[in-house]
Amino acid sequence: MKPDTDLVPTPSQTVGPFFAIELTTVEHCVQCVAGPQAEGERVCLTFRVVDGEGVPVDDAMLEIWQADSNGKYNHPEDAQAKKLEPGWMGFGRVATGEDGTCVLETIRPGRVTQSASPQAPHLTVGVFARGMLKQLYTRVYFAGNAANEEDPILQLVPSERRGTLLARADPARPGYWSFDIRLQGDLETVFFDV
Amino acid sequence: MDSVGTRASARPYARPPEGSQPPSLYEPYRATIKRAPLKPLVVLPHTLSEVTGPIFGHDRVGESDNDLTCQHPGEPIGERIIVSGRVLDSHGEPLPNALIEIWQANSAGRYRHIRDQHPAPLDPNFTGAGRTLTDEHGAYRFITIKPGAYPWLNHYNAWRPAHIHFSVFGTAFISRLVTQMYFPGDPLFAYDPIFQSIPDERARQRLISKFDLETTQPEWAKGFKFDIVLRGPEATPFET
Ligand SMILES: [Fe+3]
Repeated sequence: MKPDTDLVPTPSQTVGPFFAIELTTVEHCVQCVAGPQAEGERVCLTFRVVDGEGVPVDDAMLEIWQADSNGKYNHPEDAQAKKLEPGWMGFGRVATGEDGTCVLETIRPGRVTQSASPQAPHLTVGVFARGMLKQLYTRVYFAGNAANEEDPILQLVPSERRGTLLARADPARPGYWSFDIRLQGDLETVFFDV
Repeated sequence: MDSVGTRASARPYARPPEGSQPPSLYEPYRATIKRAPLKPLVVLPHTLSEVTGPIFGHDRVGESDNDLTCQHPGEPIGERIIVSGRVLDSHGEPLPNALIEIWQANSAGRYRHIRDQHPAPLDPNFTGAGRTLTDEHGAYRFITIKPGAYPWLNHYNAWRPAHIHFSVFGTAFISRLVTQMYFPGDPLFAYDPIFQSIPDERARQRLISKFDLETTQPEWAKGFKFDIVLRGPEATPFET
């Protein structure tokens, strides 16, 4: 341990309006987190990002990180006694279009159980945009999942705001879900101080 | 020292010191006003979901993706530079295999992006985007062209200091960093709200690269050094 020599992390700066020339080109965006062969319940998730006036944010980038259908992350720090699905990465990166939306194809992850209280299935999301000096973190849970009631992170969120972290199923189209990211306002999405 | 296998919960990451990161709302940068959350953030104890993150391999990076001057038939116009440095965590440990992606304006201050309407010329030999992985010592190197300053509409006569955008993945999803590297001695620093948004003066200075004679190549290109520090796990008192 070298407590006196710790380095200060480099400050964040906005991704700006022009990131698409590198980060979200056709080759470098990752719209499909789970390939067609991936195990688990398939989910087509439409995000919509709006600003404090409800105006669609058409130049945002979202990054997604999630576990596989067993709740296992592809990372050495994951010490859960579970087998990682072969080929599972768990990373997604999409950019919003003119209407502020973008679509992610994935599977519903399993429960992450490396703690006293197991977590409900969720995706971790990083939000980047012009006008954001640093990324915001939020989580996507799935509305109607009984495990949400005992999720240790959701319990930290004031109950009247918990709904902002729930993706809603489209009753007309099985497997289609939507999740709004409201940067400000009465229904402001819960963002986390990580 | 406990091993990963016996840990009952995730090892938390250290939080950056007060003032070393910009706030979400910084009114002089006007686009933050409608895009910054106004309700309190919920403090999140780190779980596996925060302290894990994507690990990229060499399949994501082409052989010469770190040379922005050789992506077209001809040479781009402008001042050739070599930008190099290391990616470290907050304990000073080098981070190997960290994916770095960069993008920038050309030497005239124009991006190859549909929304950039600055009436400066595009360069047919310059895209302005590159990527690389750090080596086993956490070191990286790009060859590129020094970007020009460019105007923006934030306030009257607003100009961004010359900069290269950097995107870096560390060991965890919460050590993910997007930032901008600046050049020493830029007269625009004092007028740029994006640069000035960082409260701590010393933290701000860390975004300015240093001219480096050692990596400068005679008759060919000037060298600039830019080290990047990402958040690392909290040191535990049990560690030796
Ligand atoms: Fe820029």
